[in-house]
Amino acid sequence: MNLWLVLIISGLTTFATRLSFILLYGKIKFPHWLEHSLRYVPPAVLSAILFPELLLHSGQLDLSLGNVRLIAGLLAILVAWRTRNVLLTIAVGMVALWIFSAIL
Amino acid sequence: MKSRRLEVLLSGIQAEVPLAIAVIPFGMIYGALALNAGMPAPVAQAMSSIVFAGSAQFITTQLVREQVPGLVIIMTIAVVNLRHALYSASLAPYLEKVSAAWKVLLAYLLTDEAYAVTITHYRQSDQSTSLRHWFLLGAGLTLWASWQASTALGLFLGAVVPEAWSLDFTLALTFIALLIPMLKDRPGLTAALAAGITAILVYSLPLKLGILLAALVGILTGTGLAILQEKPQ
Repeated sequence: MNLWLVLIISGLTTFATRLSFILLYGKIKFPHWLEHSLRYVPPAVLSAILFPELLLHSGQLDLSLGNVRLIAGLLAILVAWRTRNVLLTIAVGMVALWIFSAIL
Repeated sequence: MKSRRLEVLLSGIQAEVPLAIAVIPFGMIYGALALNAGMPAPVAQAMSSIVFAGSAQFITTQLVREQVPGLVIIMTIAVVNLRHALYSASLAPYLEKVSAAWKVLLAYLLTDEAYAVTITHYRQSDQSTSLRHWFLLGAGLTLWASWQASTALGLFLGAVVPEAWSLDFTLALTFIALLIPMLKDRPGLTAALAAGITAILVYSLPLKLGILLAALVGILTGTGLAILQEKPQ
């Protein structure tokens, strides 16, 4: 499929998603389970992308110390958990990746 | 009245500036990754204004690189961006009174970063203001400008950033920074773990369909647990 067509359709679905509740508020009563399920979209989507990034190495599960992305990622998780600071999390994670790549 | 509008608009801009600066590296990395994946520069730049959603754009570069069919790209972007429905629902009560044209404009600008500062502002300012849509406009436009400019810069500099810098890892780190604060209750944590473990198990599925499947498993698990917890014992 043409990339431009992909862009336009994706732009429309994204826009429709963003407009949905803002436009329909007060006009439609949404079912209870839908409200619930929306709350779990962000953690589910983020984890579905994140886990393979950290745990797989060329498509294989790699839990060894040699997996520098996993080690740097775990350090970043610790920083994110303690500080809730986005920029600090990224900075620590990147520096950790560079250092571990150099020494391991 | 006019100066009040400007005041609210400026406070939206001011609140967004730190995040607008924070997305500059991502916009640049996205531009560089897009070129690297074989996306033509005009397409990559247009995506920043047509789709205007960082994480979906990052994933698209991966999918384009692996020559995944367009329909799968469209479905993946739709699922990844489903979280914006949550933002839409959360802001809807505050924007009930504005005109349809305003709703359309503000929905276009409703990114993770604009939502984050706006909902904080709306929850803190208890005075009922009829001008608060100007705040979201200021925040949204600020992020928009930063995203377009940094994408362009990334496309321009893309070729000169050495791969050894592993800048693509900033995507994973950003997701960590966004994800960890969300894991406050058991259903949220369960949704994240279920999605993550599924993603590993089904990683070898063709067309990167594993992301879609894993996200759906996570959402269903979290929702199921939340509904079970709600039931009186």
